[in-house]
Amino acid sequence: MLKVKEFIRDFGWPRLIIFFFLVFMFIAAPFVGVRLDASFSDVLNRFGMNAIMVLAMVPMVQSGCGLNFGLPLGIISGLLGATISIQLGVTGFGGFLIAVFIALFFASILGWLYGLLLNKVKGEEMTIAMYVGFASVMFMSIMWLVLPYNSPNMVWGYAGKGLRTTITVEGYWLRVLNNFLAIKFGEFFVIPTGLLLFVALCVLIVYVFMRTKTGTAMTAVGSNPDFARASGVSVDRMRAISVMLSTMLGAVGIIVYEQSFGFIQLYTGPLYMAFPAVAAILIGGASVNKASMLNVLVGTFLFQGLLTMTPSVINSLLQNDMSEVIRIVVSNGMILYALTRKTKVSK
Amino acid sequence: MSGKNKLGRVLADNAVVILFILLSVIAIPFSGFSVQNILQEMFTRLGRNSFLVLALLLPIYAGMGLNFGMTLGAMAGQIGLIMAIDWGIAGWRGLVFAALVGTPLSILLGWICGAVMNRAKGREMVTGYILAFFMNGVYMFLVLFTMGAVIPVRSATILLTRGYGIRNTLNLDLVRASLDKLLMLRIGPFFIPVATYLVIAVLCVFIVWFKKTKLGQDMRAVGHDLVVADSAGIPVERTRIIAVVISTVLACYGQIIFLQNMGNMATYNAHDQTGFFAVAAILVGGASVKKASLLNAFLGIFLLHLMFYVSPRAGQNLFGSAMIGEYFRQFVGYGVIALSLVLYAWKTRRDAVFAREVLKNNGSSGHSDAAKEGAAK
Repeated sequence: MLKVKEFIRDFGWPRLIIFFFLVFMFIAAPFVGVRLDASFSDVLNRFGMNAIMVLAMVPMVQSGCGLNFGLPLGIISGLLGATISIQLGVTGFGGFLIAVFIALFFASILGWLYGLLLNKVKGEEMTIAMYVGFASVMFMSIMWLVLPYNSPNMVWGYAGKGLRTTITVEGYWLRVLNNFLAIKFGEFFVIPTGLLLFVALCVLIVYVFMRTKTGTAMTAVGSNPDFARASGVSVDRMRAISVMLSTMLGAVGIIVYEQSFGFIQLYTGPLYMAFPAVAAILIGGASVNKASMLNVLVGTFLFQGLLTMTPSVINSLLQNDMSEVIRIVVSNGMILYALTRKTKVSK
Repeated sequence: MSGKNKLGRVLADNAVVILFILLSVIAIPFSGFSVQNILQEMFTRLGRNSFLVLALLLPIYAGMGLNFGMTLGAMAGQIGLIMAIDWGIAGWRGLVFAALVGTPLSILLGWICGAVMNRAKGREMVTGYILAFFMNGVYMFLVLFTMGAVIPVRSATILLTRGYGIRNTLNLDLVRASLDKLLMLRIGPFFIPVATYLVIAVLCVFIVWFKKTKLGQDMRAVGHDLVVADSAGIPVERTRIIAVVISTVLACYGQIIFLQNMGNMATYNAHDQTGFFAVAAILVGGASVKKASLLNAFLGIFLLHLMFYVSPRAGQNLFGSAMIGEYFRQFVGYGVIALSLVLYAWKTRRDAVFAREVLKNNGSSGHSDAAKEGAAK
């Protein structure tokens, strides 16, 4: 009994409530005429789409930089990669890879600079990250208008310049990952094998990286900066590397998201994209200063499950569109819970 | 040499203000607005926004940073206005009624906000920001689903056609400009809303007076150092909650004043940007996370709104696209918040390092703990 109590305290009430809510929805789904197989397929797909952006939280949390509200910076690099790849006109898997490489290039530069900035403002990272993210999104909004793109699939038809708000990736690399080795059961259930494999690959890379010398040093910096410094680890360098890694993962994450979603969303699109990712990893059991691969996988699955199931189930149950309210309350409530929780491991 | 250093420091400390003055000076000619036009707009906007920005002051004194949770107060004010419109109370009486409805709500919300922030000491700002998002969900639930269904609404005109939930845009004709027009003075070519200015002046007097009271002094002590204040017997948590409650109530009144000037209200979005505009304004005026004055507030409102007013037009005339100006002003708004926070954090660290050096030179090891504490802050 005591053990159960301890488990609940460690895991936290909000997470348990969310978990049971999701279970309840899966049970309720067939009774209100929602197809279970279609929903489950949907959850899998959305899990794959979002997992890498959630993964992007891990390095920064581990190195003590807090939740990466500056994710838009990585997303912008990803958008640059995606648009440049389309501008070059490479289609298929090659186009996707080119997008990823260009994105990684921009993300490594931006991430490094961003890391240097965050080193100057230790203790205030989260608020500043948020506003650096916002400001960079607005700056890029201007850039999308003035950069010399001219692919007719991307620019406004009548002006011949300035990128459109949403650009379709159809005919370039739409669903290249999703369709790779996809397994179809019946009409509604599809396993996006390629997508899940790619996510697994990224998770594995980060997992292995966190266990290398650099990765261990990074975790040490996060758990106890003074101790890390005393053992000869350069705190600032480790933090910068972690921020760079987070930004790069964010960049890859958005491209993976787009190839499945089918559209590139520019301008103010990325403004609030950090919040679902932050909420997801917290739902998975991470705290402000500890996060693991398991947190990422569980969290993304729970959160995306919630996002997929609430609209269909609740709407057919209550005949209204309450799901938006539930989404807002759940995701922000989770972040709030994590921010106000006095963690045992803190400091 | 020392004079040059001093100049450098003054420039660094006021970098944001100087940057903004420069930007405005460049943008004004390109916008093509006349000076008279700009000044009139500034008089209006000062009346519209001052109250909201001043609501930020007390939490800054209490060391809680910029109160992004003020949005909660704005929501309370909006619920008050919805009630006033529903009951058909016109003119300034409608505003007073809205304030009466909003006050208990915002006291409750402010208390919640303060209690939450007390659990997240050291990251009040980001917590307040997320709390505002969270409460936005609750607000949506209340206004979109319960008003007209559970909470009785008498006039069907403000409801959505489905029978419950308030319309996306609420027409505030009943109370439009009722405070501004109460005492509109015409000086030369300018119209000046004296009544609004009087209300703001009363608030300024209140803030100056409040700082001198026992509670105000306690608040500043808490803002200066939590530990010292606590050992001096000041109820730290209670003082912090009071600071946030007052700020939230003021934000509620501020939003009512803001909306009566605008004349209509986007029911579900009007409060989205409240915190952002107010925080950006006070920072542009040269305030920091720890230090702010009435002057910072007014200077900031003037500079920020000057920029916001002229930049879309300047963008249109310079680049042939109004969108560039629109994005630019948002970029500047967000950028200025980021920049001031960075500058402040950087300055605190620089001072801490300096303090540590001084202590180190003084020798005794007993001091190193104190230095560490300074650095941690």
